[in-house]
Amino acid sequence: MSAIVELRDVTRTFGSPPVQALRGVSLTVEAGELVAIIGPSGSGKSTLLNILGSLDRPTSGTAIIDGENIATLSDDHLAAIRAHRLGFVFQQFHLADGRSAVDNVADGLLYQGISAQERRSRAESALTTVGLAHRFTNKPHQLSGGERQRVAIARAVVGEPSLLLADEPTGNLDSRAGAGIIDLLHQLNENGTTVIVITHDNALAEKLPRSIRVKDGRVVTDATRAEDPR
Amino acid sequence: MIAASRLRAVDALALSSNGLRSRPTRVVLAALGIAIGIAAMIAVIGISTSSQARLAAEFDKLGTNLLTVMPGKDLAGKDAELPTTAPAAVGRLPGVTDVSSISQLKGVATYRNEYISKQKTSGLGAAVADPHLLETLSATLTAGTWLNAANAQYPTVVLGAVAADRLGVTQPGTQILIGDTLHTVVGILDPVALVPAIDALALIGAAHAHTAFEYKDSPTMIFERSDDANVDSIRTLLPAAANPENPGQVAVSRPSDALAAKYATDQAFTGLLVGVGSVALLVGGIGVANTMIISVLERRREIGLRRALGATRRHIQIQFLTEALLLSLLGGVAGVVLGIAVTVVFTAVNGWVLSIPIPVFAAAVGATVVIGAIAGLYPALRAARLPPTEALAAA
Repeated sequence: MSAIVELRDVTRTFGSPPVQALRGVSLTVEAGELVAIIGPSGSGKSTLLNILGSLDRPTSGTAIIDGENIATLSDDHLAAIRAHRLGFVFQQFHLADGRSAVDNVADGLLYQGISAQERRSRAESALTTVGLAHRFTNKPHQLSGGERQRVAIARAVVGEPSLLLADEPTGNLDSRAGAGIIDLLHQLNENGTTVIVITHDNALAEKLPRSIRVKDGRVVTDATRAEDPR
Repeated sequence: MIAASRLRAVDALALSSNGLRSRPTRVVLAALGIAIGIAAMIAVIGISTSSQARLAAEFDKLGTNLLTVMPGKDLAGKDAELPTTAPAAVGRLPGVTDVSSISQLKGVATYRNEYISKQKTSGLGAAVADPHLLETLSATLTAGTWLNAANAQYPTVVLGAVAADRLGVTQPGTQILIGDTLHTVVGILDPVALVPAIDALALIGAAHAHTAFEYKDSPTMIFERSDDANVDSIRTLLPAAANPENPGQVAVSRPSDALAAKYATDQAFTGLLVGVGSVALLVGGIGVANTMIISVLERRREIGLRRALGATRRHIQIQFLTEALLLSLLGGVAGVVLGIAVTVVFTAVNGWVLSIPIPVFAAAVGATVVIGAIAGLYPALRAARLPPTEALAAA
């Protein structure tokens, strides 16, 4: 197995006087894993997400995402990693209101520079994968919360990323819709996608095979369950 | 190495037009500023060139080769007289193609009838006209006929346009009073553009004038046409030809110059209006910049998402710059249409020929592109500078 994420002694300091959001985080995520990063607000998990998502660089230490050390890469190079290797799912979905589900999902491929026609056909198959084959032309306001998050997940996986990062994916959903999303993440993981879910919700973390607990900018526990927790 | 992020030009364009379409009211209002500026410029230039085209057409029709010879002042400051031989002498100058003259009758006025008080002349004089006058001045008749060898023997008269209007004469056949003698109107002239002085005259024939008035054959205005190339040289020869004894007592003028001078004053006004139009355009540009800055502030969430999807700073910059360009161009196109419409209506109402130089359209569109680029640059740079983490956190 090869490592998708390899963090060694990563620190991230903000502002002046300096506030340390991460104080030496080391962790490895192998390809094909389904991992929860769990911690209360202020624990540094959002900063960690930004670094895992190559949206931000560490102040010190090395962060290797899919074989690239993001600490040393240019802004354009980081954008290229996000365009080709990473998929993001957000708590607030971040869908464009006036555009159909297919168009929203196709936007996931926009910055790969492929043709509109191909983007569209791949978006349709991604929407089918997440169970929304009947919702191609619906706009976000015509969809339920759970469906919106499925559209967002389809957009994140349409580019077949090496790593899918989900930030509180069930935070805005009721428990039934949330459970559906967790099932979907499991299903994507079984088909080979590496998934990291960032959450403050213990109940959610317990449903995933591995939980990394973060507190005060450090990893406090890293537990892998022997059997499928579902 | 992985492939770089890439945004197709078509996609960038679609992205920007989508951005505009999602805020139609604001787009219309921002584009309106540009549209008004461009429309003002096009209309001002269009109306000005149409007016010049009309002048050119008028000159084409009337000719600019007409010179007028009039008696000047003598040494004592009194009105001089031209010798009776002057028209013939002018006609002998090399290059002269046409000569005719009028001789205003001193102290003779024109009245509607004998019941009008002799003091109420309405500013209408009487003059003896040469049968050739009509051709030399390119004048035309509204009604009736011109003086000819037959009717000029009798008390007949052709009225200038102003004279006919003031006397209330619309039909030939009416009788009017010149001096103390009744004359029958045989014709009415159209306004004479080159020599408006003719309009307020009642014109009679020489043969009749000799018997009815104390007419001494001394011309008060000689009109001369020549080839265009000879106008300047003839102008220098005219005083000596018209009055060989006292060349200094001759005044020569070119009626088309006066007509051109009238339009030259309009040009200064056009310059002022173009200035006002460019201020409107500047204000329109500021409106676009303002709209784009607000748009960037409101769309931090979208910018963050696009960065997460793999957009580089440059892609964000291109998206917002293209949006500003499209917005400005939209205003420009609307402005061109509006400007043409205003010019068409204005020229149609005034009966002018429509003439807008094509380069003006290119300049208008070019100006809007430049304005859009300048107005969009700062907002686009601001959008591109936004760190992706901050943009996402703002949501």
